[in-house]
Order: sequence, then C-alpha cells, then structure tokens
Amino acid sequence: MTDEQHVDPVIEADLPVGAEPAGERPPAAAAPPSRLATAVRGLLVPVLAVLSALVIGAIIIVLSDLTFFERLSADPGGALGDALGSVWSAYGALISGALGSPGAYVEAFASGDSDQIISAFNPISETLLAATPLIFTGLAVALGFQCGLFNIGAEGQLYVGAVAATFVGFAVTGLPWFIHLPLAVAAGFAGGAIWGFVPGILKAKTGAHEVIVTIMLNYTAYRFVEFILKLPGYQREGRSDPISKVTEASSWYPPLIEGLRANWGFFLGLAAVFAVSWLLFRSTKGFEFRAVGFNPSAARYAGMSIAGSTILAMMISGGLAGLAGTGIVLGITRSLTSGVSAGLGFDGIAIALMARARPRGIIFAALLFGALRAGATPMQSATGIPIDLVVVVQALVIMFVAAPALVRGIYRIRVPEATGTEVFSKGWGS
Amino acid sequence: MTAAVAAPGAIVDRGAVRRQRIIGIFYLLLAAIAAFVLTSGIAPEATSTFALKPAGSKTGLDIPNLVVPSVVTLYAVAALCGFLGAIQLVRGFGTRWAVVLGIAVAVFVFGFLTWAAVGKSMSLIGILQLTVVKALPITFGALSGLLCERAGVVNIAIEGMLLTGAFTGAVVGSATGNNIVGLVAAGFVGAALGTLLAVLAIRYRMDQIIAGTVINIFAAGITGFVSTRVLQLHRELNEPQRFPQIPIPVLSDIPIIGPMFFNGNIFLYALFVLIGLIHYGLFYTRWGLRVRAVGEHPRAADTVGINVLGTRYRNVILGGIVAGVGGAYFTLGSTGSFVQDMTAGRGFIGLAAMIFGAWTPVGAFLASLVFGFADAVQARLSILNIPLPSEFLLMVPYLVTIVVVAGLVGRVRAPAADGRPYEKE
Repeated sequence: MTDEQHVDPVIEADLPVGAEPAGERPPAAAAPPSRLATAVRGLLVPVLAVLSALVIGAIIIVLSDLTFFERLSADPGGALGDALGSVWSAYGALISGALGSPGAYVEAFASGDSDQIISAFNPISETLLAATPLIFTGLAVALGFQCGLFNIGAEGQLYVGAVAATFVGFAVTGLPWFIHLPLAVAAGFAGGAIWGFVPGILKAKTGAHEVIVTIMLNYTAYRFVEFILKLPGYQREGRSDPISKVTEASSWYPPLIEGLRANWGFFLGLAAVFAVSWLLFRSTKGFEFRAVGFNPSAARYAGMSIAGSTILAMMISGGLAGLAGTGIVLGITRSLTSGVSAGLGFDGIAIALMARARPRGIIFAALLFGALRAGATPMQSATGIPIDLVVVVQALVIMFVAAPALVRGIYRIRVPEATGTEVFSKGWGS
Repeated sequence: MTAAVAAPGAIVDRGAVRRQRIIGIFYLLLAAIAAFVLTSGIAPEATSTFALKPAGSKTGLDIPNLVVPSVVTLYAVAALCGFLGAIQLVRGFGTRWAVVLGIAVAVFVFGFLTWAAVGKSMSLIGILQLTVVKALPITFGALSGLLCERAGVVNIAIEGMLLTGAFTGAVVGSATGNNIVGLVAAGFVGAALGTLLAVLAIRYRMDQIIAGTVINIFAAGITGFVSTRVLQLHRELNEPQRFPQIPIPVLSDIPIIGPMFFNGNIFLYALFVLIGLIHYGLFYTRWGLRVRAVGEHPRAADTVGINVLGTRYRNVILGGIVAGVGGAYFTLGSTGSFVQDMTAGRGFIGLAAMIFGAWTPVGAFLASLVFGFADAVQARLSILNIPLPSEFLLMVPYLVTIVVVAGLVGRVRAPAADGRPYEKE
C-alpha cells in the first residue's frame, strides 16, 4: 500500500520539474503517462464527484417539494417537467450568482459605462470574496493532514483569530495602514495558533485525540465569542446585541477594484498557499511534518520529535484558520459578530480532501466552493431553495472525493494501480 | 518526592511521577479556590439549602431539605482538598489515585454548589433528575459508538445519526400521529446512516473518521435544508406527541434514586434494557466474543472462521439503529419539535463517554452521568443568577470532555484494531 502511494501520479505531477531524481522511482510496469494525461486523470475524480453531488442535490430539491408528490399521481409529465424546471432555475441562479450572467456582461460592455461594467463583475468578486477564507481553512486542514492530524477545529480557531484581529483592529489607533494591517493580521494568526496549540499539546503530551478536542474547542470558541462580544470595551457602544466595535480603516484590506467587495485578502491567501507549499515540500520542518504524518515510528527512529511536530503543525494550522476569520472581519464585515464563520471550518475539510491535501490544489477547490457559497444566497432569494443545499452538496463532494473507489465504481473507470485514500487520520490508540 | 516513590531498583516512570505531582497541585488549587475565592463576600451566618424532594411530588417519603452553613462547608471542602493534595504530594495514593481524584472533584463540586446556593434554595434533586435526562442521549450515543468500535470501526458519525434520528422522529411522529412509528422510523434512518458508514469504511476502506465527518456534515445539511424548505411552511409536520412519563410503582418512591431513575419515559427504560443487553451480549455470549475478537485481532478471528466484514457490517448498522433511536429522544422524548443543530455536540460527548467508560456499556452510562451532571449544573445555575457569565457555564460540558479525554486516553485501552480497515489476504 505504501509503495503504491509513492507512485501515485498526482503526487509526482506536483513535484517540481528537475527536483526528481529519475532513479528513485520504482520501475513502472507501463510507459510513464504524459503529464497531461496524469493531470486529466487526477481531475477526473473531483470533477465526477462534483457532478454526482449536484445530481443528488437536484434529486433532493425535487423530493423536498411536497407538491411534487401530490401532482405526481394526477399529472406525472407536468410534475416531472416542473421539477426539472425548478432544479434548472435553482442551479441557474446558483451559477449566475457565482459567475454573473452572460446577458449582464454583454449589456454592461455595450453601455460602456464603467460603473455598470464593474457591477456586472460583482458575482465574480463575491466568489473571490467567499473563496478567500476557504483557502485559509482548506490550507489549515491540509497542513494537518500532511502531519497526520485531522484538524476539525478550524471553525473555532477561525473565531478566536477573528476575535484577536478585531481587537487589534479597533483598539490600536493612529497607525499608518502598512503597520496596522500587518499587526492585525499577525494578531489573527496568533489567536488561531493559540486555539490550535491546545489540541496540539494535548495530543502530544496525553494522546488525547485531536478530533474530539478540536470539536469541543469549537463549541468553547462559540461561547467565548458570545461572551467577549458582550464585554464592555469590546462590544460596540450603545448596542445591546453581540457586536464588536468597528475596526479602524487603517486595518482594512484594500479593495482590488473600487466599487467591488473583493479585496487583497485573496492574494494574501495565494501567498499563504505558496508559503505552505514551501514549508511542506522545501523546508526541513515540513519534511519532518510529512514524515511524522506518514510514519510516526520511522520519524521517531530518525530522531524527529513527534511531539514538537504535532504541536507546531497544529499551531500553524490554527493560525491559518485564524487568518480566515481575520480576512472576513478586516476585509468584509469591519466588525465582529457571532455569525462570522457559518461552517467555513468544515468547508475547509471538504476543500483539503478535494485537493488531496496539496496546497496548490486548494486554490481551485476553494474557488469552486467559494462559487457555491457566493451563488447560494442569490439562489435562495430567487428560488426559495435554502442555502443548506450547498452544505449537502459539499458533504457529498467530500464523500465522493474521499472514497475515489466509489466514484470509479459508479462510473466504471478502470484504474491501473490501486490507490487507497491518501489522507489518514489515526484512531484513538495510536 | 521522587525518592519516596522510587524504591531501590524500581523503574521510575517519570511521566507518572509528574502526573501525580500535577494532580497534587490541582488539589491544592481546588482548596485555595474554595477557601479564598468562593468564601469572599459571604456572610458568616449564611446558609445554603438543598432541596431533596422533587417539587410537586405528593407520594413518597418525606425527606427534609439539606441545610448547610455556607462558609463552614466551604472551609471544610478546602480542608479536605488541601489534605488530599498534601498526601498526594508527599506520599501519593498508589493505584487508588483515580478514586481519590473522583472524590476530590466531587467534594469540590459540592462546595461550588454550596457557593452558588448561598442564601437560596437549590433543588439538588432537580439537578440529579436533570442529570439523568441530559445523560440519556449521551448514553445512547456512547452505546452506538461502543457497538461499532468493539468490532473495530470508529463511529464519529454519532452526532449526525442523533441529529437525523431527532429529525425523523419528529417528522414521522407528527405525520403519522403515532410516535411509536416515529421512533421506528428514526431507528431505520439510523440504520441507513450506519449502512452508509459501513459501506464507506468497510467496502471502500475510506478513512473512518473522514467517513464519519462526511455523514455529520451531510446530516446537518440535509436536516437544515428540509427543515427550512418544508417544516417552516408545514408546522404541523413538526409537532409530535411526546412520550409520557411512566413512574414505576414503588421504585419511583425511593428517595433520590426513585425520581432519578424510575420516573422517566420509555427512552429511559429502553436504555436500561439496552445497557443490560449489550453488557450481557458482549461479555457472556458467543456473539460478543466474536465481536470482540473482530475488534481486537481480525486476522485471528478470520482464521478461525469468523466472518470479519459481516460482523463489522452488522455491528455498525446496529450502532446506527441505537443512535437513531437515541436521537429521537431529543424530539419525541424531550422538547417535542425539531430545531436545527439541536444535538449541539452531544454525539461527540457520547464518544468521549465511551472512552471514559473504557468501552463498556455500564462504564459508558456512568461516564454519561458525569457529563449529564455537568450539563445539568450548567442549566440550573444559569437560572440561579450567580455571578459567573452564563457563557462560561455553557462551556463546562465541553471543557469537562476535553479534560476527560486528555486525562484518560492512553490509560484506557481501545480495541486493538479500532479504526483499521481489514483486508483479507
């Protein structure tokens, strides 16, 4: 099983050209497939996973419409037609809410009015905006996976990071933006890292499984945020609902284009992707992370500190999740409310699995899920299909992606070499 | 201290020594909190009253209220904790350290309740009754996890199964007007999710924790979706009858224990039967022996002709049924209507209870009672208006879970093949 993972084409495709000694690879039975072929094969499962998830989502839309059953016996053809129509309009609204509608683009460019052109790009801006925190939570979970840790706690780490960044955002005043913004971002990272440190040290020192601890810390973080948002000095003056003070303008992420909400946080996300990629695949520490994740016994035998790697990986993972919360506050909402995350931490799991815990794949997975999220709100307001549909679709995507054999079984794809799941978590005992 | 523990020639377990020291310091800390923090601002003559008789109960023996002088009690608690801490640091308690830890925590909790009830009357029996109520779904979850893990499959999907069970119970119970049907339907849906977990984990050898997480996210999404799309328009589909309380004659009149354990609804009694059945089945029947063999050493079990995968399928589906039925408790046995995400992590706490209870049914029940107690104290104290932010009280069950998991994993042993897919050679 382990040998097969070494020859997995996707892993090799991700290695940089020239960095790969030819002799290290065990001789393949057939001629090595071209880069393009491996790339297409690597995409096959995710694409089919998304497709299957959307199809099941469509079935759920139809089945949850109670009038459908009433009409089915009286007028089967009409009922089915209407059902397909409602699926079509729901997904249509989803897509145009995420990417914009061609008609709007044509009209905007025809008018030549710059404001109108900018507003036509609003859906894409919203997608980038929604994808940004997902890049961070996806990276957070992926980094954990690479170190053999399953960080379900990105949600809680995001909250604590947001609390810290918001505090620096409103409490520190009078600084120029190029000092204030980095300071607030650093605070967000630190807040998340602290929340990641707890499961890290508990795992390293007592063996407490990070899954249970991080889930419990998620609930603790919700309560903590509710508490702090009602704390005098943190709560906005004159408000009785839980909301923080407004952060200083010097701590905000600058917008990409004036008039759209998308901001430079997206590029911070891209920078984080390359930083994590460098950390994991170029640095000594990252090698230790992956060694500990892949085979803890061998890593220990080689003199690596499992405890140290576990704690550090959980802290960086938590810090990345904290940056997701930071970006939302400083890039969008400008102040903190208790609804800042709404499941972004869990989406991070889907994204990390879809990208097979590879940093660069996370960009694409996050854009896809960002598009789903951005399109969900217009979909709900246009067709009345609840946003929760996106959660269902995401769960199905994870299921299909994490069990590639399932997708291959459904679509009868033959695979030359057997591949197991690449990302592992460990049971209670180990 | 090290010298006191290490007899000549004995191997000193440094970790154990340090852990003992930490526990000793913890006792001293409890003593300090009881003596200096909790006593501050309490008038010397103040008393705390604990009611031991359920409000409105007509039958049963007449038990007087327990009235204690607050400050004296707190100093007594502090003295006891300090005494235990001193002994712990000087000499240690040897193998009985866990029992002593339990006693120290219990004493401190009593002190804490005394502080919370200064000048007021707190219904201790109310807290105890609520403990059982809160522990019920946790125990169902723990039993579900236990059935799966004894056969070597980690079931982290308990949360999703509970949630779906709660949803199905409410909807089917309201639609049919018969909550027995709702209960059965919840069991079926639990079985379906169990089957899904089994297929993903056993057939497709997907990482079991990821498979469980998928089911959890899916359950949260689908119940949220349907309750937004359907239940908000059709309120009548979310108004099930609740199961009535059935006090057991004679037994329910026993002081304290009676109102706690013999005055519940069908779920409570079903739980007792289930605990007995699983305990007997697991440790005294051929089925149990086979299940445990599959969970400990599947290869050996296979060699002697036990159907490893079949056993795993059966147990995971059974676990799904238990969690589905337990989930129905949230709606049919407790609040009535379904609310989004109403399980609020109880499935995961059940998982922790299973670990705390060392993968035994009775242990899981006792552990669930500990979590239920934390939950009940939290619920009662938020009514009593004590000077502690309610958010911190709400954290208590989760923090207790972390402490328990951190303190016990490694000391209780999981089934050896837990979480590992089995491949026939």
